[in-house]
Amino acid sequence: MQRARLDRAPSAPISFGIESKFEFTLRNAQFIALHGIDLCARIESFRVMEQAEKPRVSTTGIVRPAFTESTPVSPSTNGYNVKAAATLSNDLDNAELVRMYRLMVLIRRFEETCGQHYSLGNVRGFLHLYIGQEATGIGAISALEPRDYIVTHYRDHGHAIARGLDTNRIMAEMFGKRTGLSKGKGGSMHIFDAAKHFMGGHAIVGAQLPLAAGIALAQQYQDTDVVTMVFFGDGATNQGTFHETLNLASVWQLPIIFFMENNLYGMGSAVGRVRHRGADFSDAMGAYDVDVISVDGMDVVAVREATQAAVDRVRAQGSPIFIEAKTFRFVGHSFADPGDQYRERSEVDLWRRRDPLETYPQRLLDFGVASQAELDDIAASVDAEIDAAVEFATNSSDPDLSEAFDDVYA
Amino acid sequence: MPEITFREAITQGLAEAIETDQNVFIMGEDIGEYGGAYSVTKGFLEKYGDKRVKDTPISEAAFVGAGVGAASVGLRPIVELMSISFSLVAFDQIVNMAANLRYMSGGQIKVPMVIRAPTGAGVQLGATHSQSFETWLAEVPGMYCACPSNPSDALGLLRTSIKSDNPVIFAEHSHLYGARGEVSDDYYEIPFGKARIDRTGDDLTLVSYGFGVRVLQEAADALAAEGIDAEIIDLRSLSPVDFDTVVASVQKTGRAVMLDTARKTGGIMSEIVSEVQERAMDWLDGPIMRVGAKDVPWPYNRGLEQDILPDADDVVEATRRLISV
Ligand SMILES: Cc1ncc(C[n+]2csc(CCOP(=O)(O)OP(=O)(O)O)c2C)c(N)n1
Ligand SMILES: [Mg+2]
Repeated sequence: MQRARLDRAPSAPISFGIESKFEFTLRNAQFIALHGIDLCARIESFRVMEQAEKPRVSTTGIVRPAFTESTPVSPSTNGYNVKAAATLSNDLDNAELVRMYRLMVLIRRFEETCGQHYSLGNVRGFLHLYIGQEATGIGAISALEPRDYIVTHYRDHGHAIARGLDTNRIMAEMFGKRTGLSKGKGGSMHIFDAAKHFMGGHAIVGAQLPLAAGIALAQQYQDTDVVTMVFFGDGATNQGTFHETLNLASVWQLPIIFFMENNLYGMGSAVGRVRHRGADFSDAMGAYDVDVISVDGMDVVAVREATQAAVDRVRAQGSPIFIEAKTFRFVGHSFADPGDQYRERSEVDLWRRRDPLETYPQRLLDFGVASQAELDDIAASVDAEIDAAVEFATNSSDPDLSEAFDDVYA
Repeated sequence: MPEITFREAITQGLAEAIETDQNVFIMGEDIGEYGGAYSVTKGFLEKYGDKRVKDTPISEAAFVGAGVGAASVGLRPIVELMSISFSLVAFDQIVNMAANLRYMSGGQIKVPMVIRAPTGAGVQLGATHSQSFETWLAEVPGMYCACPSNPSDALGLLRTSIKSDNPVIFAEHSHLYGARGEVSDDYYEIPFGKARIDRTGDDLTLVSYGFGVRVLQEAADALAAEGIDAEIIDLRSLSPVDFDTVVASVQKTGRAVMLDTARKTGGIMSEIVSEVQERAMDWLDGPIMRVGAKDVPWPYNRGLEQDILPDADDVVEATRRLISV
């Protein structure tokens, strides 16, 4: 497929179709007030967003979730006045909305189970859980086609599951078994499934970014319409590779989506403490002329729609886009971190009130997308899948010692 | 057989690969418009276009990493570093990514990529530009390391490197670019892990690689004048190392001197010595001697640099000490 080349003056922004007649809204104002983190200094006021406006992406790239000033925020609706909306999503059918829910439960249960088996000694090494961030990965990855590539960091189980990797084989990898995706030689931080275009699982912060640029370069070279999506955290933006790769992607106009999961901490370092602009990434990509989309990472539908707009554009035009999803990990950085040294209990609680595992099913019910009985069935089927994965991992054998010497060279 | 330079041999190998394999492309700093820091890719941009010959920003980590990514999905990038000293900036991408990807993915991913880099000291570039990190990189499993000493080997090893489904460090000693030698018109490849006996001899085994082989040739001539008949072994690749050829030679001569053009401490020859003494102790008539660069940062001053550099005199001197044992 021939890609339309993006020919534009450096300062001319690309329109996503809807010009901003609204001020940016920031539903996290309470959070900012509480934590003094300068999330988005330019965003001052809450404004009413008309529900019909789609996609919710502006030229400056801030995605504005539906929000009304007048109605108090209900914790059960993910923070938005969903009653004001006619539908949960204009773009996604009920089956897809429910599928995303199942993935959400699956990731949560998978992660909890990994935690249990870490305590039992079956899972070892560093274990970074995705609990709290599920809506982000699912919303992002579900906007991709199977031919698209995904590259991620060590907090990778959620992405792997969202991509549809076999839970048995992910779990077996966690257990270090030879039936694992990497034959027990990668572990939690190095999940790969090349056939599914899931290119790792990389444990050096920021190192996956150049790799992803290379995969995108290969697409440009071979003239495909394949999009490469690379995940990383707020902490990774302080690495040189981040800046180098943004420049490279922009100079070469690579078909890549830089997807940052801004969970506000890199291990114990609050982004406001270690990054000059704090948590405000809204114009961080200006130097590279890369457009920014900022989205509420706790809202799976918002993430999905924002990402879809980005994917469509990258596929058509082949130039990079940066997406920031604001999210939060409810648990420690890894299993070695209780997660309570460097952040207030109240901050965690605040975000937990926005737990997608609570808010999203409530929205499905409110909009009549699914019944409680259907949701219960999904939870039961997930439990069965996780049990099966643990059984598979448990019953699988360790690699033979001789296998240490396999796969060193092709 | 025509006589061409080491540089021309590499140019030929690159051109050949670009012309015969659509998946091959080369990238690096100033390889296009500028023609390459050592003129290896002169005229390539005009001839092959900017898809096959990509100038990169000065971003070693990013473009080496991009090479790894492109290779991981089927292309065959050849990446040029202006100096192997600059590999440090991209070490993470080379070691943690290029070399480890296959293993930690359980064999799912191949990284058919060549990293070419000039190496070596001797032209007063000072501490940051004179190092020989092929000896560091040779230790990394999952990667090969080729170090040609002459035009014919350069072409044969480069062909093998480009065809390899694994990452390859291709270290080109900068003193060698102008060196001339005969190169066959018939197509040939030189496998990794197959040392070359540069000259045969019965009294002493001399071992090195790359530019070190030139130093050994000079030393062997001097030793011949003293009636010592030295055999020279050119390792050709540091990963894998052809231990068998070295051991067989030592079993014949009973004596060995090994030369690193890199710093002696941590040089690759300590590995060779270790293996040879394990396998050929009973054949040895004296200790295996090592010669290498002195263990200081590379000085700028010519006199100092020449003193730090190992040369033929150092090899002859080591041989005398060995024989007097
Ligand atoms: C080069 C490097 N430095 C440090 C580390 C240790 N480390 C692992 S994760 C991490 C924090 C990264 O934070 P962020 O990018 O925000 O991702 P998150 O863990 O929040 O998802 C650190 C410092 C590492 N793995 N690699
Ligand atoms: Mg973070």
